[in-house]
Amino acid sequence: MTNQSKTDNKSSLDAVFQDRAILAEKRAAALKKRNRAEKRFQWAGRISIAFGIACVLFLFTDIISKGVGAFTQTYVEMEITFDQERLGLTPQSSEKEIKAASFGSFFKRQLREKYPEITGRKEKRELYALFTSDMPLILRDMVIADPSILGTTQSISMIADDDFDTYYKHSYGRDLAEEDKITRLSEMQEGIVDSLAKSGAVTKKFNTILFSNSDSREPELAGIKGAIVGSILTLLVTLVLSFPIAVATAIYLEEFAPKNKITDFIEVNINNLAAVPSVIFGLLGLAIFINFFGLPRSVPLVGGFVLTLMTLPTIIISSRAAIKAVPPSIREAALGMGASKMQTVLHHVLPLAMPGMLTGTIIGMAQALGETAPLLMIGMVAFIVDTPAGITDPATVLPVQIFLWSDSPERAFVEKTSAAIMVLLTFLICMNSFAVWLRKRLERRW
Amino acid sequence: MKKLLLGLSVIASVTAASNSIARDSISVVGSSTVYPFATVVAERFGKATDFKAPKVESTGSGGGLKLFCKGVGVATPDITNASRRIKSSEFEQCQANGVKEIVEVLIGYDGIVLANAKGAAPMELTRKDIYLALAKLVPGPDGKLIENPYKTWKDVNSSLPATKIEVLGPPPTSGTRDAFAELALEGGARKIDDIGALRNMSADQVDEIEALVKKLGIEAAWAAAVKKKGAKAKGKDVVKIIGRSVREDGAYIEAGENDNLIVNKLVANPNALGIFGFSFLDQNSDKVQGSIIDGNEPSFDAIATGEYKVSRPLYFYVKKAHIGTVPGIQEYLNAFVSEDVIGPDGYLIDKGLIPLSDDAYDEMAGGARVLKNLAL
Repeated sequence: MTNQSKTDNKSSLDAVFQDRAILAEKRAAALKKRNRAEKRFQWAGRISIAFGIACVLFLFTDIISKGVGAFTQTYVEMEITFDQERLGLTPQSSEKEIKAASFGSFFKRQLREKYPEITGRKEKRELYALFTSDMPLILRDMVIADPSILGTTQSISMIADDDFDTYYKHSYGRDLAEEDKITRLSEMQEGIVDSLAKSGAVTKKFNTILFSNSDSREPELAGIKGAIVGSILTLLVTLVLSFPIAVATAIYLEEFAPKNKITDFIEVNINNLAAVPSVIFGLLGLAIFINFFGLPRSVPLVGGFVLTLMTLPTIIISSRAAIKAVPPSIREAALGMGASKMQTVLHHVLPLAMPGMLTGTIIGMAQALGETAPLLMIGMVAFIVDTPAGITDPATVLPVQIFLWSDSPERAFVEKTSAAIMVLLTFLICMNSFAVWLRKRLERRW
Repeated sequence: MKKLLLGLSVIASVTAASNSIARDSISVVGSSTVYPFATVVAERFGKATDFKAPKVESTGSGGGLKLFCKGVGVATPDITNASRRIKSSEFEQCQANGVKEIVEVLIGYDGIVLANAKGAAPMELTRKDIYLALAKLVPGPDGKLIENPYKTWKDVNSSLPATKIEVLGPPPTSGTRDAFAELALEGGARKIDDIGALRNMSADQVDEIEALVKKLGIEAAWAAAVKKKGAKAKGKDVVKIIGRSVREDGAYIEAGENDNLIVNKLVANPNALGIFGFSFLDQNSDKVQGSIIDGNEPSFDAIATGEYKVSRPLYFYVKKAHIGTVPGIQEYLNAFVSEDVIGPDGYLIDKGLIPLSDDAYDEMAGGARVLKNLAL
């Protein structure tokens, strides 16, 4: 080996080393870059989640802070003497006679006697307006329930009017400037409320009216019972119709139907229907069930039919997925043992696919529970005072109740609206967590 | 085949059963403006009597009359509310579908207010200002009507503040919007001399109308009026078309039918004005204030006496053929027109309804109690 070649060799080795060094450097740089990109990607994900959580938190704090007030109601303890002569009643009076007695003027007179200093006509009206307009009816019902209270003096929790309630909850006893007060009460009314509150007659109790009454135009008497019963009836009709139809469809399409153009066409259509805006199902329901079949408007029966149309695709798709997830070996084993196709499906495939189907059904039902748009078309957006007793009674549902209250002029309906949203959200969270629990509990992994 | 027959018979029996279901509660549809009043009456009627509380749907005046005029039978509503009088076309539709006898009840008035947030300076407007600020076509420098060029209230009237014209109001489907366009916009348009003159021209003054239309540059509106009415077209018809069209360049913002939403948006934006019914102003008087229109504040008394000009009548219509078929209609009608409800001290007045004058009340109540037929 000559010197020349030695140096050549050395320089070529150097070159190789140099190349390697550059390469390593490049590689390190590229690695760093990749790591950075990966970190960025992860951070983008984290920020998205944080944004989502922030939105949910904002929504919940807004709704809860607005709605929490609706779960209490202001009452005023007051002594009422059921004077027999003034009412023209005796404990022996029949129910009919009690109903005919004028409790309205009786109640007003009681109030006037409590405040003899109030004389003007306008002031008197303001005094009466502090209590709910249903007070005479409540007193009447008390007498009907127990006529022996006639002639006695009873301490009665009187329901405060919504303006009284709002003032007492949000402004009373706080050192607020005049323009910051949330109140529609006149100065005289505020004076009465303040003195009542100082004497300890005013109490806040848990608002049972919200759950025991149906809709009312008086915020202090409005409740969600009618809407909840309406929602339950509507969902019952939906469940009874959609579950069997959807399961039968899914089983037939997965297990029995031949694969040809017609079944492909049906499959495409089912997938399309799942994406159709719900208001269109409402229009369909209006045209078919009400205009063609002549079913009455605003009833849970028609509401259930419409929501069935809407939830069917959801349940069919999840049921088919559940059936597909059952391994073919189970079917083959059953067939090998001599079971018929139907026996295979009913005894083996269906029980194994059931958890998935039920999960899909619950999610579909939760969707139906929150739906307003299709019900708008079939007249379920209505003011209904009586709690529905059956599926052919006029009814409304919880989300519609929220919609109606949010549109009411009375200020006190703002907190009622938020309270109703809280109840609806509770139902939805319960249904969805039940679906998750069911899936975890019953689903088998293969 | 057997199953098919079975299925068909089930469907048939369901249909038959549903047709024979007699309704035991009154069905009320119609205007969203009357809805807050009708629902209160319905609720109290249900509590005070042995009848079921009527079901009240808010479908809008036009939608309600359409349902009402569909025919006679339990599938159709018994009563419809309206925030305007029934149109002759709707009355004819009713007649054609067998709804021959209708009782009309005028229950009172509702003011429409133009309001802004409480902290902002109150606006003092005339109807002419409102027309110039919100109409699509307004008089230009040469007297011809041009696309509305005004950007700020100061451009409209130099005594007004230099704030941007921003008015939140209901969409065209709303009765409130119709009434506002008719009473405030068209009412203001009439204050423009040429338009006022045009409005007074009768159908036989065709040449004069055409001359004036040409002067104003509104041939298209005249052509539309002629197309609609033929030889009967009057100056009034042209004014209706140009007076009631609202500008579409963003100064008038359609804020949806929810009046509470408009109130909240006003609080957030002190420069904006909003259009809604008096009852919402009454309930939210701590948040918003009504603008003075033609020198009058939108107060209860000013609307009742007619001094505040932007107010409209509220009606309901009863299908006479259903009285006796559906229980309680006559009683509901009597309860609604009683003095305790819509008289000057009635409970609907506390809810923001503007009562009728004593004479108007007596005339209405007299007609309603004997179920006087509506004739147009």
